[in-house]
Order: sequence, then C-alpha cells, then structure tokens
Amino acid sequence: MANQQPSSGNPRVDVEYRRKKSAEEMRYQIVSFALMIFLTLVAFVAVGYDGFSDWFTVPFILLLAVIQVIFQLYYFMHMSHKGHEAPALFLYSGVVVGAVTILAFTTIIWW
Amino acid sequence: MSTYAQKKGFGATLWDYLTTVDHKKIAILYLIAGGFFFILGGLEALFIRIQLAVPNNDFVSAGFYNEILTMHGTTMIFLAAMPLVFAFMNAVMPLQIGARDVAFPFLNSLGFWLFFFGGVFLNLSWFLGGAPDAGWTSYASLAMASETHGIDFYALGLQISGAGTLIGGINFLVTIINMRAPGMTYMRMPMFTWATFVTSALILFAFPPLTVGLFLMIFDRMFGSNFFDVANGGNTIIWEHLFWIFGHPEVYILILPAFGIFSEIFAIFSRKRLFGYSSMVFATVLIGFLGFMVWAHHMFTTGLGPIANAIFAVATMAIAVPTGIKIFNWMFTMWGGSIKFTTPMLWAVAFIPSFVAGGVTGVMLASAAADYQYHDSYFVVAHFHYVIVGGVVFALFAGAHLYWPKMFGTMLNETLGKVTFWLFLFGFHLTFFIQHFLGLMGMPRRIFTFLPGQGLATGNLISSIGAIFMAIATIVLLINVIMTQVKNEKVGNDPWGDGRTLEWAISSPPPFYNFKQLPLVRGLDAYWLEKMEGKKEMTPAEPLGDIHMPNNSFVPFVISLGLFIAAFGAMYRADTSWGLLVLILGMAVTLGAMFVRSIKDDHGFHIHKEDLMDDDNDKGAKA
Ligand code: HEM
Ligand SMILES: [Cu+2]
Repeated sequence: MANQQPSSGNPRVDVEYRRKKSAEEMRYQIVSFALMIFLTLVAFVAVGYDGFSDWFTVPFILLLAVIQVIFQLYYFMHMSHKGHEAPALFLYSGVVVGAVTILAFTTIIWW
Repeated sequence: MSTYAQKKGFGATLWDYLTTVDHKKIAILYLIAGGFFFILGGLEALFIRIQLAVPNNDFVSAGFYNEILTMHGTTMIFLAAMPLVFAFMNAVMPLQIGARDVAFPFLNSLGFWLFFFGGVFLNLSWFLGGAPDAGWTSYASLAMASETHGIDFYALGLQISGAGTLIGGINFLVTIINMRAPGMTYMRMPMFTWATFVTSALILFAFPPLTVGLFLMIFDRMFGSNFFDVANGGNTIIWEHLFWIFGHPEVYILILPAFGIFSEIFAIFSRKRLFGYSSMVFATVLIGFLGFMVWAHHMFTTGLGPIANAIFAVATMAIAVPTGIKIFNWMFTMWGGSIKFTTPMLWAVAFIPSFVAGGVTGVMLASAAADYQYHDSYFVVAHFHYVIVGGVVFALFAGAHLYWPKMFGTMLNETLGKVTFWLFLFGFHLTFFIQHFLGLMGMPRRIFTFLPGQGLATGNLISSIGAIFMAIATIVLLINVIMTQVKNEKVGNDPWGDGRTLEWAISSPPPFYNFKQLPLVRGLDAYWLEKMEGKKEMTPAEPLGDIHMPNNSFVPFVISLGLFIAAFGAMYRADTSWGLLVLILGMAVTLGAMFVRSIKDDHGFHIHKEDLMDDDNDKGAKA
C-alpha cells in the first residue's frame, strides 16, 4: 500500500546473487545499446546511399525500426523479466489490433 | 475518535462529492449523472415516438427531428449506458476482489469529471445554436456539410468524455491485475469482475481509434484540414472505419458488464454455483477478441467488395458461438436450482429470450447479401434495441435493484420493482417487436415522417404506445427510489440472504476503507464457501494494522473544467476574436492543475489500528 520496496531491508536478500545479476544485466544493456547505435547508423547509410532503390530502403529501415523496438522493450524496459506477463499480453494485443487496422486500411480503403 | 461518523451539512456533502476519490462515492456520482442523462435520452426518445405516432405529423420539424434523433443515440450510448455500467463496475468490482479502492483513486475521480464535463458540453449545444444532427455515427459525408456548431459540440464533447472513459478503463485493468485479495487467483474472480476486466481491455483498444477519428473531424471542421474532404483528396470512408473499429467493440463494452451482472444474479437467486464458470470466462475473452474483427459488418453496403464482405460476415457469425455458450450456461445454472423470483431475477430471466431475439436478427444482418435489404431500415433499429435494451438496459435495471442495498444501505421496494419490470417488459416488446416488420416493409431508419397509405401507420402507432409503458415504468422506479431513500430502513451485510461473493461479506454500504483486514479467498464464491462452513465472516488474511488511504482532491474537477473551457475556445476560434484566447486560457487551467498535482506531494493519510478497533464496538459508524 505505502511506498514499500519489497526487498529493502529484507535480511534474506542474497546480495552476492543480486550483484551478479545486475552485472549481467548491465552487460546486456551495453551490448544492445551499442547494437542500437550501429543499427541507427546502418539506417542512415541505407537512406543516404544512392545505389539502393526505395523499394529496398523503406522496408529495410522499417525492419530495423522493429528490431530497435524489441531491443528497447526487452533490454531497457525489462519485458523479459518475471512479472511482466500482463504488460506483454496487452502490448501484443495492441499490436494485433493495430496491425488488423492497418491491414484493413491498406487493403480495402486505399488500394 | 472517528470523526467520519458525524452528520454533515449540505455544503459539506457537496464538497465531499466534488473532491472524493472513494470508488463507492464515484460510483454514486456515475449513477446520478448517468441516470440524469438516461432520463434526458428517454425524453428525446418519447419525442421521436410522438413525431412518428401518426403519418404526416408535424410535432417537430425535419431538421429538429435530426437533432433529437442524433442526441438520443449519442446520449444513450455515451452518457447513459456507459456511465451507468461504470457506476456498477466502480461500486462492486473493488469489493468483489477484496480491495480497499481502485489502483488510482485520483484518476478515477478525473475519469468521472471528464465524462461529466464532456456530457454537459455536448448538451449545451441545445442552447447554443443547435445540437448535432448527423446521427450518433456522425458519418463524415453528412457531418462535414452540417452548418451549425452541432457537430463541433459532438466531436469536442465526446473527445473529453472519451478521455475519461479511457482513464477509467485503464484504472480498472490495473486494479484487477494488481489488487486482488490474497488467494484470489484469476480463475477465482467473480464473473462480474471478469466482465469488467475484458470490458476494460476493450476500452483500452477501442477508444484510441475513436479519439483519432474525432481529432480528424475536429481538425477538418475547426482547423482547416482536409482528411474527409474528397475534393481535396480526402476520404470520408476513413471516418466510417475508424468509427466502427471503435463502435463495434463499444457495443460489447456495454453488453459484457451486462452479462456479468446477469451471471451474478443467476447464481445468487438459483442458489447454485454458476454453471460452466471456466467456459464463461473463455467465452467472455473470446467475445472480446472477436469483437475487433467484425466492425465492417456495419459497412457491407459501402462497397468493400465481395471478399471483404465475406470475411467480415463469417467473423461476425462466429461471435454467436461464444454468446450461445453463455446463454446455455445461464440456463443450466437455473436448472435444478432453488430459484427465487426477486426483481433482479425477473429481469435476468426476461433478458434471455429478449437478448436471443436480438442475437438472431444480428446473425441475419451478418449475412452480407441479405443485409443489402435490411441495411438502414427499421429492421436494424429493432435489432440493436433488442440487444441494447433487452441486454444492457435490463441489466442496468436488474443491477440497480441488486446492488442498491450495497450502494445505499437500503432495499428498493420489491412490489414496485416488479411493477416496473412488467410495465417495462411489456412496453419494450410492444415498441420494438413491430419495428422488425416495419423495416421489412421498407420503412427506412432516421426518417422524420411517413405518408398515410404506405401501410406503416398502425405499426408506428403501436410502437409509440409501447414507449409510453416504458416511460411509466421508469417513473415507477423513480418513485421507488425516492420512497426508499425517505424511509431509509438500513439493511445488513447480505440483504438478499444468498450473496456469494466478497461484497456481501461486509456492511452495506461498506466503511470507506472497505475491508478492515483483507479477506483470505479460498475459492470461487469466496463468501458462500465460508457460509457453507457455518462462518459468518471471511477469514482475515492479515493482522489488523494501519490502513493507508488517499486524500480527497479538487484537482480532477479543475483539470476537466479547463478542457471544458478550452473546447468552447476551439469551437469559436474561427468566427470570433476571443476564441483563441479562451482556448489558451482553458488549456492553461488544465495544464496548471496538472502541474500543481505533479509538484505537490500528497502522501494520503493512515487510519490507525486503534481507531479501527474502536469501530468494532461502535458498529453504527459508517463512512
Ligand atoms: C450475435 C451477435 C450480433 C451480431 C451477429 C450483430 C450483427 C449486426 C450487424 C450485421 C449490424 C449492421 C446492420 C446494418 O447496419 O445493416 C448490426 C448493427 C448494430 N448492432 Fe449488432 N450484432 C450482434 C450483437 C449486438 C450487440 C450485443 C449489440 C449491443 C449491445 C449490438 C448493437 C448494434 C447496434 C447499435 C447496431 C446499429 C449501429 C448503427 O448503425 O447505428 N449488436 N449488428
Ligand atoms: Cu457491430
């Protein structure tokens, strides 16, 4: 009810284990951060380079965007951790509803 | 000592309600506001039926008829049915899961005030140049051509109240996910809580498309954009899709809580566990899911093409399957039960055939080829009134009788309740059954009059007579409410005697903190289980301790008021010099109030253990 941190002051917390977990977490975050910067650079190059046709560039950078969103959700917003099942469910339901909408708009309204 | 037991003056009570964050009081606010709009929408319905009672009638002009018709639909869906459903969800759901309030009490109050100001804004259109007149669906091809500010009132008003609804839905979701009492797993949640859960998820996904559509309309009408302007490359069909992507889930947002209320009633008054609980849960979730895949059945005649029509027709018919599962489960719940025909139970029993009739015409409408004949005729009007009145409104009446003691501590008079029921049931079928045939005979919907000799006169007269019965039934209910509150005979925890779920384990109305100690839930129908073991109360899941409660706040009212002011500014910006100023002023009020809320720490307060123990000796103390 009040702002309680469930673990603070709990004598049974295994500090050693915590520390190891955090270090591991940190490593993942740095790796994915580097990857995200790299992907952003790739996107810029893809758009800047004249040799690719738009039919390649547009889907390609969209794909990169999707990968970035996944990194964001799983490594920075801790979606992979336990206790995130409900947010994940709602997120994916939202994606499905959005996708159906876009599919319908592109197939039966515009083209 | 407990100060909250003191009698308060009118001013203090009013201030209490303006600032309350207590889910039980917010429920009462929703009930009063929703009830008010229900009566308003009902009066509009009566005017419609008077106008159509005889051929060539000139009770109202054609233009005014359009306004009344539009406001009837809009008011009933957005300002009556939705808030009344929210009233019961607020009043009952937190109690059913054994929580002390919703997850975000402040947002709960904000949701109410946004709805309220949006509704007031919409209805002020009557006095400020004319109400919206393009139907509750406000199709862009019509709406863009409407000359008064009516459509602007519609778009801005619904935008504000829609924000409130969205906030409410998210709040319920978080509450149900996080605040269930110890032992209450998902599969031990009462059916009404499940309905609230799925409904809230539908709100979460369905309201954003409406928001987008309304913004496009606001921009087109007030800020010079061309989303729906065909001459400038826009497309009016976009509005229809966005509206129905919202609109079809919306009808399930209304009916699922109704299903929830009836599930509780069938179990309570058959004195039996709900038959097929897990299949009920499954059916509810499936209906929610399928509800998003069928919106184009409202647009079969728009020219989507045969493939799209076929897909949406099949998807629509599929919804009848989970709905059928539920109907059979309710009947099997009654089967072999020891049934008590109380007022809520009468509504529930009458709901089954009425709603099934609506479902059957729904499947008829879902066959795309046949719908070319039915579409935009009175057949559709009959269909949706059978599902919405026979489903949702019946549930609201039933819920009002069932939960009145929990909300107000008094019992509505059973005899008057049954009078209301029979009058309404009779009037309802008299009004709407004949409309199926009027539709098949070719009467289009939304027409303001018809000619003698078209064969429509008798049917319409019968229909109008039926409406009078429903009006009288509603008046009897109002008399019942007033009588009950004047008599003010308080009842105990479980006034129906057969309560099964947690809300019946605590006093009526519950103290403002609901549960002194959170209850331990040992199965479905937690309170019933304890009663069957001869206990009078729930086993507590925690020792008696201090309870943390949120403070009241006037900020939600101010935030909503700001948007209300800003809406006037947006509307009059183009044709007055002061419009822009008012828009900025209103936004400043809203943002200022939000800023105050953000920087001012409000930690709430604690009720101390000693005070809670005092309450034990002094049972009369109520919130
Ligand atoms: C078995 C379930 C259902 C089916 C198959 C079904 C099917 C349909 C179809 C095909 C239409 C479009 C008819 C037309 O415009 O030509 C329609 C209209 C409508 N339905 Fe249903 N329906 C079902 C249940 C419900 C429920 C439960 C509700 C509300 C609680 C509802 C409310 C409405 C409304 C309000 C309209 C008219 C909207 C308008 O044009 O103003 N329906 N239904
Ligand atoms: Cu529909």
